[in-house]
Amino acid sequence: MNLTLHIWRQKDARTKGKFVIYKVENVHEEMSFLEMLDILNEQLIAKNEDPVAFDHDCREGICGCCSLYINGRAHGPKRGITVCQLHMRHFKDGDSIWIEPWRARPFPVLKDLIVDRAPLDRIMQAGGYISARIGSAQDANTILIDHDTAESSMDAAACIGCGACVASCKNASAMLFVAAKVSHLGQLPQGKLEREKRVLAMIAQMDKEGFGGCTNTKACEAECPKEIKITHIARLNREFLRASVV
Amino acid sequence: MTLDSKIPSGPLAEKWTKHRAELKLVNAANKRKYHVIVVGTGLAGASAAASLGELGYNVTAFCYQDSARRAHSIAAQGGINAAKNYQNDGDSVYRLFYDTIKGGDYRAREGNVYRLAELSNNIIDQSVALGVPFAREYGGYLDNRSFGGAQVSRTFYARGQTGQQLLLGAYSALSHQVGLGQVQMNSRHEMVELVVINGRARGIIARDMVTGELKRFIADAVLLCTGGYGNVYYLSTNAKGCNTTAIWRAHKKGALFANPCYVQIHPTCIPVSGDHQSKLTLMSESLRNDGRVWVPKKAGDNRPAGDIPEEERDYFLERKYPSFGNLVPRDVASRNSKMVCDEGRGVGSSRQAVYLDFRDSINRLGKDKIEERYGNLFQMYEQITAENPYSVPMRIYPAIHYTMGGLWVDYNLMSTIPGLFVLGEANFSDHGANRLGASALMQGLADGYFVIPYTLGGYLASGGIDKTTTEHEAFVEAENSVKSLVDKLLNIKGKESVDYYHKKLGKIMWNKVGMARNENGLKEAIQEIRAVRDEFWQNVKVLGSADELNQSLEKAGRVADFMELAELMTVDALHRKESCGGHFREEYQTEEGEALRDDENYAYVAAWEFAGVGKEPVMHKENLMYENIQLSKRSYK
Repeated sequence: MNLTLHIWRQKDARTKGKFVIYKVENVHEEMSFLEMLDILNEQLIAKNEDPVAFDHDCREGICGCCSLYINGRAHGPKRGITVCQLHMRHFKDGDSIWIEPWRARPFPVLKDLIVDRAPLDRIMQAGGYISARIGSAQDANTILIDHDTAESSMDAAACIGCGACVASCKNASAMLFVAAKVSHLGQLPQGKLEREKRVLAMIAQMDKEGFGGCTNTKACEAECPKEIKITHIARLNREFLRASVV
Repeated sequence: MTLDSKIPSGPLAEKWTKHRAELKLVNAANKRKYHVIVVGTGLAGASAAASLGELGYNVTAFCYQDSARRAHSIAAQGGINAAKNYQNDGDSVYRLFYDTIKGGDYRAREGNVYRLAELSNNIIDQSVALGVPFAREYGGYLDNRSFGGAQVSRTFYARGQTGQQLLLGAYSALSHQVGLGQVQMNSRHEMVELVVINGRARGIIARDMVTGELKRFIADAVLLCTGGYGNVYYLSTNAKGCNTTAIWRAHKKGALFANPCYVQIHPTCIPVSGDHQSKLTLMSESLRNDGRVWVPKKAGDNRPAGDIPEEERDYFLERKYPSFGNLVPRDVASRNSKMVCDEGRGVGSSRQAVYLDFRDSINRLGKDKIEERYGNLFQMYEQITAENPYSVPMRIYPAIHYTMGGLWVDYNLMSTIPGLFVLGEANFSDHGANRLGASALMQGLADGYFVIPYTLGGYLASGGIDKTTTEHEAFVEAENSVKSLVDKLLNIKGKESVDYYHKKLGKIMWNKVGMARNENGLKEAIQEIRAVRDEFWQNVKVLGSADELNQSLEKAGRVADFMELAELMTVDALHRKESCGGHFREEYQTEEGEALRDDENYAYVAAWEFAGVGKEPVMHKENLMYENIQLSKRSYK
């Protein structure tokens, strides 16, 4: 199939960006979206034009690197997957496709489709952990966790930190990201000791980074490649309230 | 050079305890006077940086991704082994040790492997304490599954995302230390040179991948936790950014490279669909718990899988290896899949695939149970192939997955350059010629959480580290050499892209230094690698400049290193005139097509010294001593 791509090009964080139109030909339906971009880049290199920069690494939907906004949707038109798992069979010959970076004030564009997501790391550094000194743990089976709690915790732990929730939120809120960590650790017995300190520290850092608040539009849930539910945000709110009063 | 593995004397089960008792210590208050560099933040790097930061060392950590959490350990699916014996099925530290030595085809050190098995239990404890949500039974206890090469159930798992969850555990511990200021984290930084002063590793040159700036970092010790070199084949299950640059440049500075030809080819990957393919996706080995591997009995059978009656199917692993069945080790499963495809019995349009069929398990356990166990893997398979594995069997084929070879290290994980430590997949130490499933996660975390905190202290406390600064001429020289390499790449201004050469190199390696190797093919490969390397240096086109975010330049530096490593791998494969584990030489096989080891002549580690590009490397031998295990033919029949 032949496609018309409208791609956001931006030299660096200081330079203004713009959409540039490219034609890409002979795209096969078995290709992944990123492989289609690889082909475009090979074509650009052949013409001595600067290839399009985009973040990617594992290309199997788990590292959270890839971060493209495609036709107005984080990770493209399919639910529950990252861009690297999106295949070209979901597009058709003659399509025009708009490709942009994540747009959120806390995520400045570094080049083309690459943004800086370091604020998410700083939220984790503020409190997204259990303080368990290495070497001091007792036998793992002395902490019993019922099956359903473990599964629910795992549902939240599946977050890959890609930032799609922030990019798709009109408030650029990182609430789903923070909620996933608070819910993952806070449900587990070994994570309960620090639950108040954790939620307060993470929320404070989130605010400091300039992320917005949640107004329950559920855009994050709709676009999360790991389908993390906003019920975790409800849990985050309860944890926050609880920590604020105890 | 004599290679001293520094394996402690005494009974196997007491070696590590004895060694820890004998290692010198750095006083708690003195730890803050030492600086340590950790390159890479996968399981080995993140756990090492977190552990050392917690002990009070000043740690500076690096990763090429935008966040430490994205290292490729994250992609490990199936699980992590530990000798807990929670299943009451006869497991023990000794049995895990034995299975791992046997799985590695008797080409690993007894002392190292025993320590690994011993530490496996602490890893599970530590990971649970950090909040890793392993699967639980209804009573609240930890659940296990089975993996290849073992007859006990000792694999702990978190759905199909075990690597991710273990890495997030280590990353959370690392983040804690970063927040406390104990660890300085430098993401989007790539190590491009090692700095050696007075024979000791004293720092690195790193390139800031956003600005292109070359930066000097000084330390009292350098830890390389930079993973394997499977991407030398271009197509592999590795992440696109995985590279050999850190260990290769350290090799060129004097660190010996051990057993480079030992490469693991994973049997269950989604087959290649065309020339556009940029990477291969693994389907977890855990699927072989419930999936049955088969091909049609007849060559060229074009019927859809569902139309082929039971009696015309060949469940070749179950037929040939009745006691391990579909759970034979990876090298055995891969080789057998290749054999049936070579006989013309492969399936799918390329005929380079075998079936992995869940029909019988779905009938026995129900679709829901299979979905609970493997839901995300089935979904991933469907995304890529547009086929539903609940109704038609998966098509799978072997792919490059893991490299057992790596920089040579002693029992303390120190390379032949004092002060340079190598952890995880980047070293060669624990898996011999073949790694068993669910053992990579174990090794990465054992090295980082529980080995290096002791052995690094032993090195630092022994003294002899001079005061120096980043103005030392070794730093200046190292930076200049990187600068000239970058200039050279940018100024070739040739006709073909970096990927073009990477693919070309990959094809040579896959065809001639891949699943089956022979003398002629390997000799040809050396000539072909040299030719493609020469062409690369004359005709590669790298656009853009050095002082900006330049992904083509990043790739070019990595591929330049792969071009040199490829030759060393081939030389090693040519010299090893035996078959063992992942190294299969067609000339050395039994009548049934099994690997034929030569213990009399090859029971050693081949550690290679760099002699210059295109020059014959110098081999140093470390003989493997087996005091506890009887070397025998590896049988899974």
